[in-house]
Amino acid sequence: MMFGDYSIGDLGAILAMQGFAGLILFSVYVLMALGLAIIFGQMGVINMAHGEFMILGAYVTWMTSNAFQHYLPSLFPGYFFVAMILAFIASGALGMLVEWGLIRHLYKRPLDTLLATWGLSLILQQAYRSVFGAREVGVELPDWMMGSAQARESIQIPINGMFVMGLTILITVVVAYVLFWSRWGRQVRAVVQNRVMAGAVGINTEKVDRYTFGLGCGIAGIAGSAFTMIGSTGPTAGQLYIVDTFLVVVFGGAASLLGTIASAFTISQTQSTLEFFLSGSMAKVITLLAIVAILMMRPQGLFALKVRK
Amino acid sequence: MLIGHRPKEFLLAVEALTVSFDGFKAVNDLSLYVEENEIRVIIGPNGAGKTTVLDLICGKTKATSGSIQFRGKELTKLKENQIVQAGVGRKFQTPSIYEDLTVFENLEISFPRGRTVFGSLTFQRDAAVKDRVEEVAEMIFLKDRLNVYADQLSHGQKQWLEIGMLLIQNPDLLMLDEPVAGMSVSERAKTAELLNRIIKDRSVLVIEHDMKFVEDIAHKVTVLHQGQILSEGTMEHVKNDPKVVEVYLGH
Amino acid sequence: MIINSRFFNRSELIGFVALALLLFVILPLTLDVFRLNLVAKYLTYAFVAIGLVLCWGYGGILSLGQGVFFGLGGYCMAMYLKLEASSVANTKIQSTPGIPDFMDWNQITQLPFFWKPFHSFPFTLLAIILVPAFFSFIIGAAMFKRRVGGVYFAIITQAIAAILTILIVGQQGYTGGINGITDLRTLHGWDIRTDHAKFILYFVEVVLLFGCIVAAQFIRLTKLGRILVAMREKEDRVRFSGYSVANFKIFAFCAAAIFAAIGGAMFTLEIGFMSPSFVGIVPSIEMVIYTAVGGRMSIFGAVWGSLLVNFAKTSLSESFPQLWLFGLGALFIAVVLAFPDGLSGIWRDYVQPHIDRLIASRKSKARWADGSVADGAPAE
Repeated sequence: MMFGDYSIGDLGAILAMQGFAGLILFSVYVLMALGLAIIFGQMGVINMAHGEFMILGAYVTWMTSNAFQHYLPSLFPGYFFVAMILAFIASGALGMLVEWGLIRHLYKRPLDTLLATWGLSLILQQAYRSVFGAREVGVELPDWMMGSAQARESIQIPINGMFVMGLTILITVVVAYVLFWSRWGRQVRAVVQNRVMAGAVGINTEKVDRYTFGLGCGIAGIAGSAFTMIGSTGPTAGQLYIVDTFLVVVFGGAASLLGTIASAFTISQTQSTLEFFLSGSMAKVITLLAIVAILMMRPQGLFALKVRK
Repeated sequence: MLIGHRPKEFLLAVEALTVSFDGFKAVNDLSLYVEENEIRVIIGPNGAGKTTVLDLICGKTKATSGSIQFRGKELTKLKENQIVQAGVGRKFQTPSIYEDLTVFENLEISFPRGRTVFGSLTFQRDAAVKDRVEEVAEMIFLKDRLNVYADQLSHGQKQWLEIGMLLIQNPDLLMLDEPVAGMSVSERAKTAELLNRIIKDRSVLVIEHDMKFVEDIAHKVTVLHQGQILSEGTMEHVKNDPKVVEVYLGH
Repeated sequence: MIINSRFFNRSELIGFVALALLLFVILPLTLDVFRLNLVAKYLTYAFVAIGLVLCWGYGGILSLGQGVFFGLGGYCMAMYLKLEASSVANTKIQSTPGIPDFMDWNQITQLPFFWKPFHSFPFTLLAIILVPAFFSFIIGAAMFKRRVGGVYFAIITQAIAAILTILIVGQQGYTGGINGITDLRTLHGWDIRTDHAKFILYFVEVVLLFGCIVAAQFIRLTKLGRILVAMREKEDRVRFSGYSVANFKIFAFCAAAIFAAIGGAMFTLEIGFMSPSFVGIVPSIEMVIYTAVGGRMSIFGAVWGSLLVNFAKTSLSESFPQLWLFGLGALFIAVVLAFPDGLSGIWRDYVQPHIDRLIASRKSKARWADGSVADGAPAE
């Protein structure tokens, strides 16, 4: 019943197209999960408001696009790059503010950070609704991002999708560089491993915490920019992604960046491939059930190392 | 089980025990025999694998290979709570007690009755429990503090409380990880007195750095180094073993 | 050597009596049936909150999926009521008479096998308890035996809530979909939509609620209750005192699930429908906040928390819908940052001392008047 109606060639094209659709989902997952993985994996904080930080980035992108249309129409083709930077700054700044006002009081109580950030997410959602209205807004893309490349007769690849992919790879590389090779990244990891000792050797742990949280939220802002290309932005759009993204992070083994990427890839591909053959909701149910089942068998995630407790 | 294979008096027989963490062998092909009513002290430099050996025996860490026989039972195949029920008690390095419960309740939880879900629902605080708790509380110098919440105790008192929680369990093998670390001089003396009293009728495996304390209580000393046994015997023997001197003073 | 020798200590007894007075006497006498029915709705969440006190407050196991069990209980009850409402006589205009209307709309021509047993009322009552107990046991056993806990458990239970919601919405032919199971009429022939029925059901629910309070208090006072606290603090110490920690966690989680399911079943009876909007992530986490507001360690607090938060929700979202989400968000943050022991903590720290002082001064005044005080007890 599933495959009978399609020829082999059709199936190949379907898989390729679905695979590509999956890659865009993958990009959003990776960008969301990167920020979450940094905050959760490095700091042990559960940020349930992460989706709202993403949506802030999306709203910033929308506002930037409007501003360019009205005041600088000649520069409109390039607005997206400005929007991304602004989204990063806006979400990052809000993140640092939240860390200062809320998170730093809760470092020893991970379950409580979960509840508190959920409260924050409700406040942010309502704030978006009050400021931007309850209706979803869509961002107008510059011409060069529209349309698609014809890879083969039956396979079309949208350009904005490729752009998002490229962006994701770039950001992942930058984040990996920052975390693993920069001086600041070494400080972050030092604080993670031994807060007291890191403080004793002169690392300003409070500052490291604040910037780490800010970085995670800032990346969520960029994810929001990317998100505007594939979905419309509304006050509660972020909440739809938060559980999925947490599963991506946990499934990948919380502290591993590579694991996060591999897990985002596995989950997005499974879901979008299943989506073609089943209804969207059943595809989602089966994907989530599979993740939960695997996590029950391998609680440490797919890519965690065996370490002495 | 095949008890006849080895001398019957061994309470605990650890053989060819190995555990590796990502290729690093924290304990490497270790064999150790403890007799009934023996007090064995394990010493060794930091990172020698002392705590890991206790973790392996009590089931906190799973062995990569090797066997741990206790009274003919293979401990490596049992779960932690089954190992406790077989008669092995473990005290952790930092005091591990329940600060939100009173001293009485701390001791009561360790009383070896009603350890299943149903058993704990129907558990009655009868005279046997109360008497035993009071008896142990007296031994650990906390008789007048039974109704105090445990977070009110001093560090030394917390250590005693945990020792008391083990005592009430009445294990055949008692494993203590640095029982006098962080104690004041007077607390140390009291602890030595306490330990000397409770080690009767059972075997004890102690990790300790305090050499004076070790000399006071040890029947036999095992020196661990890099996950292996470097030397074993009486304190006198071990002290004069050139290998031990090398490890402790050589660098 | 007398600790916890009585079932309720003095302040708990005051709490018990005050709550009983309020729910059994004051509210039924002062509220009309519509308002009383609202209270009944709020109280169904109190069942969930009491379960969370045991599971989260005592055991330290935060479940963000209690809506699943609330929903399972509620759906079991709704399936029975729906079948009774879908008799052949009532549904003769359908293309397949005798099956629920939403099935007919979705071109289903035969009652699905898992619906069939719900023709029986005793089976339904059993299912309300056993279905959630079964699922919570499976989830608990799978996770706790493998030592999944804390944050991971919270996230996975949240995912399960999401899964169940998507499943119910997606399979509308079998579940009624997003609208839920609606248009419920009679219970064993007794019309549940009348004012009189709602009045009776309110009392049934309050009786059940006090049953749950007593059961939770019983569990709390046994050694099991103390083991839960011990486990929350030093899991390894409990394990190395010879207990199978996983079994105790499974017990707490199952108990919480059963409490939630009773609440869910009562919800269906009182409100007359059940839908996925009471199952998913958002209602599940709101149930946690009722517990947190009441005080995560307080059984009575759980009831008060459910009542007050829901009361605030109804009154605020009627008049200032925007304020409500800000308020709820702020409540989450405040209860975590400033009042981790919730209302019961505030009561204990700020109100109780005043009452104690008042009682003490009354007593000393009385004795003064008696002329029997010789040592001049201070009046304050």
